[in-house]
Amino acid sequence: MNQNKVSNAKGKILIVDDSEMNRAILSDMLSDEFDIVEVENGLEASAVLHNHEQEFSLVLLDIVMPVMDGFEFLAVMNENGWIKSIPVVMISAETVPSYVDRAYDLGVLDYISRPFDERVVRRRVMSTIMLSSKQKELSYMVAEQMLEKEKNSQLMVEILSNIVEFRNGESGMHVLHIRILTELLLKRLLEKTDKYGISRSDISMICNASALHDIGKIAVPSEVLNKPGKLTKEEFEIMKTHAAEGGDMLKSIPLRQDEPLIKIAYQICRWHHERYDGRGYPDGLKGEEIPIAAQVVALADVYDALTSKRVYKDAFSHEKAVSMILGGECGTFNPFLLECLTDISEQLKEELHSTSSDHDGEREIVSTVEQMLDKEDFGMSGRTLKLLEQERTKYKFYADMSHEIQFEYTITPEILILSEWGAQYLKLPEIIYNPREDFFGKEIFNQQDFEKLLERLKHTSPKNPNVEMDFVLNINGRNQWSKIQARSMWTDGEEPQYTGAIGKIVDIHKEREKMEQLTVMADHDPLTGLLNHRAAKRYISSILDSDSEKKYILLFFDLDHFKQANDTYGHQFGDEVLRCVADKIREGTRGSDIAARMGGDEFLIFMDYKTSMEPLVKRIFDNITCEYREFPIRLSMGVASAEDCKGDYEKLFKMADQALYAVKRSGRNSYQIYDPNLPPLTEEGSC
Amino acid sequence: MTVKECYEAMGGDYEDVMRRLRKDERVEKFLMKVLDDKSFQLLTDSMEAQNMDEAFRAAHTLKGICQNLSLNRLYGSSNELAEKLRNNREYSQELDVIVAQVKEDYDATVAAITKLKES
Repeated sequence: MNQNKVSNAKGKILIVDDSEMNRAILSDMLSDEFDIVEVENGLEASAVLHNHEQEFSLVLLDIVMPVMDGFEFLAVMNENGWIKSIPVVMISAETVPSYVDRAYDLGVLDYISRPFDERVVRRRVMSTIMLSSKQKELSYMVAEQMLEKEKNSQLMVEILSNIVEFRNGESGMHVLHIRILTELLLKRLLEKTDKYGISRSDISMICNASALHDIGKIAVPSEVLNKPGKLTKEEFEIMKTHAAEGGDMLKSIPLRQDEPLIKIAYQICRWHHERYDGRGYPDGLKGEEIPIAAQVVALADVYDALTSKRVYKDAFSHEKAVSMILGGECGTFNPFLLECLTDISEQLKEELHSTSSDHDGEREIVSTVEQMLDKEDFGMSGRTLKLLEQERTKYKFYADMSHEIQFEYTITPEILILSEWGAQYLKLPEIIYNPREDFFGKEIFNQQDFEKLLERLKHTSPKNPNVEMDFVLNINGRNQWSKIQARSMWTDGEEPQYTGAIGKIVDIHKEREKMEQLTVMADHDPLTGLLNHRAAKRYISSILDSDSEKKYILLFFDLDHFKQANDTYGHQFGDEVLRCVADKIREGTRGSDIAARMGGDEFLIFMDYKTSMEPLVKRIFDNITCEYREFPIRLSMGVASAEDCKGDYEKLFKMADQALYAVKRSGRNSYQIYDPNLPPLTEEGSC
Repeated sequence: MTVKECYEAMGGDYEDVMRRLRKDERVEKFLMKVLDDKSFQLLTDSMEAQNMDEAFRAAHTLKGICQNLSLNRLYGSSNELAEKLRNNREYSQELDVIVAQVKEDYDATVAAITKLKES
């Protein structure tokens, strides 16, 4: 279905009917002259048209269907604007007038009643297609003709203005520069404000008219016009007449005074030497009395004069010219326009340096396309379709190459379309109806996650359409961390409407696992695999903060005469002893308890207890006390209850430390539970 | 048995179907599809489950098929049922009577087409 059918002579028909028999009969009658695509209901039809709208010449539509009936489908066609480009013929057995009326209201063009008669079906289909393609062809022709006419009139304007330039002894570049400058300034102006009431199509007209700004120079004697040196005061007065003269020439054109181009050209010719402070000529207009078109061309004219070489001066650099204008050295301009000039300064420099006549042709095309897009009822021409088809081929190629799961999501009707590769990878169909209710939204995604994603997308804006979220997805039976990168899609126009989204699913499982590993590594003592002190402190503090009800104890101990083990048997052996202790600790505690090696031969255990702590402490103490090969493991242990520390870890630790110190003073190899009457830690410290 | 004889046996209009579909082979091809069609089964199942929306759709599809193939006898009863259901989706005993008629006509139609197939 995705071959390039644009130029294919055989038309394509979409048959939407839930009865297989009906589809078969129609297909049989039409298949020798048309390519037929059959679907069972409106929802499937929506999915087909969503991606292949421009391939179809006609839709044959039944009304009574399950899932999405013909009326609902017509509503979808209207909403997406498909009804304008594809004719629909109704084929329902329903002949009740109310059905037929409603179908006509929704844009159906014709009606084929049952039972199907081969000749009637073929005749109706042919004539409907012919009618609508004639209409398309005509609107295309009109567009082409308008383009042609526009081109011609632009050509005439250019010839005329070149005559003027020729007489001035200047190259044709001045007119071209003025046109580009005018266009850039106006576009920027339009972005900044709408107070001048200029539309995008006005811009192209003002640009055309700008080429005429100096036609009045035809009336200036050539000895003045082409005098190599500086003009005398009298000569300058003669030169100045070109503005008013140009205006008068345009005023005297018979019968065409209402043409917008003439009106604008008049303003530009007469007033392109006026200045914002009223010190220009010929009329000394001030501020906004000067029409905006003339203000813009005046600024453009000055800039180009500064940056061009003249008989009496060298060319100034772009920077110098801009700073002279901003500094008021060439008269006063509208401060707002000066802002625009500053804004486009960089762009201006680039554009004017790269200007060639080819380039100008491109500009024209771009602006014509922009204007066409501006119009709401923008019918597609054959050329546009070919371009679209190329884009689609490119897109498909890149999508296949990238090995990512890409998707497209629309809200009316709610459909999710997967890229070909993505669908194969997930072992799902490419088109998924009602994705929230589907395997995709319920099994691959956790249902709440999927809702969260759709909710986020819905609440973006056209300016900030991007969404990035990480989820665990169930892909082919495995839980995998995945990153969703998506962008919401909106309609054009004043009030953009949310229409859906596009995006991709990237596998980030490996990165995520690595991150988790790193976190684990950062929290653990590499030798014993127990937590390190910092992590233990963090966990204990958070338990103390959140749970003041339960009873907890902290056991803090070190090994007696551990130094001897190291000294006698070597450090390797010492490490083995520490690992043995860690194993013993793990044996005596539960997963929910916290066990840590503090460093050296010091360990810590934090656990909850039910009634009395003594038996628990004794059990752990006895369990750790053992022989590792020939070395006897003995320990001194201090114990403190969290009841006495008021949720303060430091305090709890200090109490356990104090108890441990007491054990050491009384000959080691024992445990001691904290008691306020214990002697305090002396300045010797305990550890 | 010829297609024409088959039409006589099941109360269809052979002249009419030939006028519209124009070829004996085509008519025969679609008659064979009637044997595979599930709408009658769907109709009886939906009546049993008293799912009247579904029953309407099934009767509607069946009627459409009959219309296309000029199976006038079965069209008569299935159309009557569809019309009854269009305006009133309540189950009633009156409907059972019509459904019984549809069944009788359907069986006769299928029998005739099977005979054509086997000949």
